[in-house]
Amino acid sequence: MQVKAAARPRLSPRAVRGLAYATPTAVFVAVFFLLPLLLVAQMSLSDWPLLTGDQGINAPENYTDAIDSTLFWPAVRFTLLYTVIVTVILLTLALLLALLVQESRPAAGFFRTVYFLPGALGLASASLLFWGLYSPTTGPLSRILEKLGLVDDPVSFLGTPTAALLSTVFLIVWKFAGFYMLILLVGLQRIPHEVYEAARMDGANRAQIFRSITLPLLRPSIALTLLLCVTGSLLAFDQFFILTKGGPDNSTVTVVQLLYREAFQRLNLGTAAALSAIVLAVLLLLNAVQFRGLRRADES
Amino acid sequence: MTRGLGRTPYFVVAGGLAVIFLFPLLWNAWASVSGQPGTAQESGHGFGNYRTLLNYDAGLWRYLLNSTVVSALTVTLTLGVSLLGGYAFARFDFPGKNLLFLLTLAILMVPYATLLIPLYVLLGRLHLQNSLIGLSLVLTMFQLPFATFMMRISFEAVPRELEESAFVDGCGTAGALRRVLLPAVRPGLITVGLFAFLAAWNDFVAPLILISDSTKAPLPLAVANLRQQSMGAVDYGATEAGVVVLAVPCLLLFLLLQRHYMRGFMSGALKG
Repeated sequence: MQVKAAARPRLSPRAVRGLAYATPTAVFVAVFFLLPLLLVAQMSLSDWPLLTGDQGINAPENYTDAIDSTLFWPAVRFTLLYTVIVTVILLTLALLLALLVQESRPAAGFFRTVYFLPGALGLASASLLFWGLYSPTTGPLSRILEKLGLVDDPVSFLGTPTAALLSTVFLIVWKFAGFYMLILLVGLQRIPHEVYEAARMDGANRAQIFRSITLPLLRPSIALTLLLCVTGSLLAFDQFFILTKGGPDNSTVTVVQLLYREAFQRLNLGTAAALSAIVLAVLLLLNAVQFRGLRRADES
Repeated sequence: MTRGLGRTPYFVVAGGLAVIFLFPLLWNAWASVSGQPGTAQESGHGFGNYRTLLNYDAGLWRYLLNSTVVSALTVTLTLGVSLLGGYAFARFDFPGKNLLFLLTLAILMVPYATLLIPLYVLLGRLHLQNSLIGLSLVLTMFQLPFATFMMRISFEAVPRELEESAFVDGCGTAGALRRVLLPAVRPGLITVGLFAFLAAWNDFVAPLILISDSTKAPLPLAVANLRQQSMGAVDYGATEAGVVVLAVPCLLLFLLLQRHYMRGFMSGALKG
């Protein structure tokens, strides 16, 4: 489409230059983004085994197969549960951290760096780290809890469905709390000092200031963290793939993990593509809803 | 807001949290050189686990090389494409400009996994399956929304007079870009390069799906595979050593380039 426009004769030399500079971007977007989007739509409507490739249209079989799979609804339920738990804990902690290490506090820069440090690691590296940390045989956590007298027997951090879920949540909170803290700090810094001073002059106490000044003025930043956290959690994969492998008893299989299994263990790319399309549609819908909510919040 | 409150409780809470955040990192580093039954380092302290890592399958050096190649290619491609693209979006008017910019940002809206399934098929057709080049091209595409946005605002922040004085000196747009603009947008390039490196070095899902030949695995994939080595036995020690090798470059780069990291962050957070 870009190329066709360039061929038109009436284009100014400057516009041609601009087009030339934008061409690499256009090629990347066309080949590695738009083409795959079209392909995933076609694949989701076709019988497409991993080993033999396209076997022709079979719509809507892939979609019905995906939804009828025994793990589909449990995976949806689990992914939603995980998203709610992670979002509530992570954003609450991030807000508390941001309030704790605001500009005016002593050594705030040092503490910020320390809280953010896990964020510099990759998610896979962090998951591998916690896999060792949670080990019932060599991990230190179980021993520490025993020494403190909190438990009598070695703790199995990944052994039961609830424990596996909470252990993964803890890993994610550790890895991302500093990241969300930074976004909230940017928002906190944009609240003018005068607003706080005026409130203090009016005799407002700290709880009142927090409720009626900090929280409302921080709303755009909180909305951004909410959007990022919800989207990221709904697409959770690495942490469960590495830490729990979906277990015990498939209790921690997320939607994206199901998609991966469909493609590379059951070797059925068509159904995996249908799942991909469903995930994409849900996310777009969710983003649209959150976007509208955001705008309404801005207006009020 | 500290007024009326002694500093001691603040330091206790902030310090306690700092210990919790640092503990896993420090424990892992210590455990990787400590003795554990069932690992190459049975007792005492030493680098037995790192030796396991050196000799695992295709060898640590091979995996480090794979990771380095993928990271270098991704950083170079991302810098090149976003430098030219950012210049185009900031300084030129051409048909389809807004559409292309929106489509580039729209990459962020589409889940990783949704694109990786068709990309697996597509790279096969392009004979780039199981190839570090194919993997780098995909990772570059995922970097483009942030990189293009960042470079566009970097170019927009440069005064137009600077560029025009280069034109007066007889430079074309390419000459102005090379001689005048490139130094001016350097901080933006460092930020883009840092983010591209961290993403490429750490990525796990893309190689998991796109690379099936174990000698071509980047380090995160190799370490994840190494956990279940001989006959299903679990090697925690070698995994801990692998995490150290994975984490050290990221932590060092972050501490060295913290200011540039924060800049990327602010621009991302501010647009919300």
